[in-house]
Amino acid sequence: MIDFIHPSLVLIAGALLLAVLQGRARQVWQIALPAFVLLIILGLEPGLYGQMGFGALELVPGRVDKLSLVFAYIFGIILIIGNIYALHVDDRVQHVAAMVYASGALGVVLAGDLVSLYVFWELMVISSVWLIWQRRTDVSWRAGMRYMLVHAFGGMLLLAGLLAHYQATGSMAFEAFETRGWSFYLILVAFMINAAVPPLHAWLTDAYPEATVTGAIFLSALTTKTAVYTLIRGFPGTEILVWLGVIMALYGVVYAVLANDIRRLLAYHIISQVGYMVAGVGMGTTLALSGVSAHAFTHILYKALLLMGAGAVLHMTGRSKLTELGGLYRWMPITFVLYMVGGLSISAFPLFSGFVSKTMIVEAAAVDYRSWVFLLLTMASAGTFLHTGLKLPYFTFMGKDSGLRPREAPRNMLIAMGIAAVFCFLIGIFPQALYAILPHEVDYNAYTAGHLLKEMQLLLFTGLGFFLLLRHVGGDAKISLDTDWFYRRLGPVLMVAARDFVTAVDRSFRARFMEALQWALAASHERFGHGGRLAQSWPTGSMALWTMLVLAVLLVLFAL
Amino acid sequence: MSVSTRTGNILEALVARRRPLRNTVLVIMALLVVVDVFKEPAYERFAWDGIGGFAAFYGFISCVLIIVVSKALGYAFLYRKENYYGESGNRDD
Repeated sequence: MIDFIHPSLVLIAGALLLAVLQGRARQVWQIALPAFVLLIILGLEPGLYGQMGFGALELVPGRVDKLSLVFAYIFGIILIIGNIYALHVDDRVQHVAAMVYASGALGVVLAGDLVSLYVFWELMVISSVWLIWQRRTDVSWRAGMRYMLVHAFGGMLLLAGLLAHYQATGSMAFEAFETRGWSFYLILVAFMINAAVPPLHAWLTDAYPEATVTGAIFLSALTTKTAVYTLIRGFPGTEILVWLGVIMALYGVVYAVLANDIRRLLAYHIISQVGYMVAGVGMGTTLALSGVSAHAFTHILYKALLLMGAGAVLHMTGRSKLTELGGLYRWMPITFVLYMVGGLSISAFPLFSGFVSKTMIVEAAAVDYRSWVFLLLTMASAGTFLHTGLKLPYFTFMGKDSGLRPREAPRNMLIAMGIAAVFCFLIGIFPQALYAILPHEVDYNAYTAGHLLKEMQLLLFTGLGFFLLLRHVGGDAKISLDTDWFYRRLGPVLMVAARDFVTAVDRSFRARFMEALQWALAASHERFGHGGRLAQSWPTGSMALWTMLVLAVLLVLFAL
Repeated sequence: MSVSTRTGNILEALVARRRPLRNTVLVIMALLVVVDVFKEPAYERFAWDGIGGFAAFYGFISCVLIIVVSKALGYAFLYRKENYYGESGNRDD
């Protein structure tokens, strides 16, 4: 009897079949496969599985505990939702890429050793990039290339870090990293790249808005959240993460003000929301870490819902800029309502999922008397509502009529959004169900009078600010510089400058060499050429003189 | 599409009643602050926990600060033309 089948292997094997199926059969298998995988995940019992020796290394590709299970459950759920959303897409490359990508993410959260972790980590990169490239535009091709290069760099840091870790400790087990050395920081930075911690975040906001409509759902769910998982596992209580997380939360908010593309705005809010999680990992208390797991769970659902709503708008109108959208609520009313469920969830409105998870992390900061962290995270909450709950829906669905008259999104898209919306709502009403699957016992009640009173004041008065400044918050038809400027602009400029410098040096050296050569040629010509000194015929007399001299010298030598 | 039409009609009706809706929300907001002023504070962890209506004030100030500071940063340093990187026109059919 088999007591453990690795879900990643099932997904990869199933993806092979998906590559050859067509039409209705492909659609059926596209839902059946993730459903089967979710069943396997739901049946997993805590324990260590599939251990094998690999040379001197002990590999544990299946470590199942409560922490890995929370992430595995939500990855399984979102894989189904995302595939329902993508049912109408007739592009096998995307579907296979999504399955393999999810198998990588599941592999990472189930990996008990760093070698398995690394293998699945890289698998995620090479599969996910196809979800960007399959948009098949020049812009997405370039963005995907940059995405891959950044992750290739991160992968190298991870590899170097885990080799250093093995050298220092002699173990490849994936536990909390204790020894502070090269390995600690290399692995931390590698994880931080995938968690999109500024200034290492620009790959996300550069590439996600250029991904395919359906691919963006998987992208938003998997990469940053596996990184959050690895941070919880490897770096709980690392103080610097508290502040990096707070910076993230506000950084995303600031750029979301400037964003004009709706999917880029949402991408910046991924960074902002993951900021809460990173800060929670840094605090490292039981309440904070539970909050991080809970928030990762709810975040995947509501962010997928938001991106599905924005994706539906893009799919139906071909547009994704606030300056080109407006007044769509009459034409896409269901999309609008479902989007708003996501918007209220991410804003932590009472009765919606974000309220029961985000407030846990903020509460953890309050319990520790971290007043600045508390204030700044609360400010970022206001910003979240401002953008995802007000600005984006207002200028897309309400506001000035853009004249666009799209039809409502296809039914499969609406169903996928509906499922995600139901989850957001149910978690908000029955948080105990979510708390029950968290790694630690949760002694936290979001629905106290004090919390409700504060949260409602915060949100409604943020709304007041929005409507008072309505004329100034709309999108500007511009893009904003971010840290990708360094490799998109400065890098090429430096490369061109370096190329020009090398060319100039090369030219001048060649010129000088040729000059020297010319001079040598002229000089030798002067000596050896016609009329040159050494080419002149010599008089016989001088010849006789020289012969005599040589003979005389020889005579003297022999005489001695 | 009947669900879509019905949802659309409900939304239309709400939009048509936006003035009374807005006034209701404003009344709720005022009530929240009043209740907060007279209610015993739930926590005494931070200096501001005892101040009634602090969350409302802080939410409003945060919102204004975020918009003003971000837009200022945008116009001063960060905004560029859309074809700044020489790539544009990523539009689906």
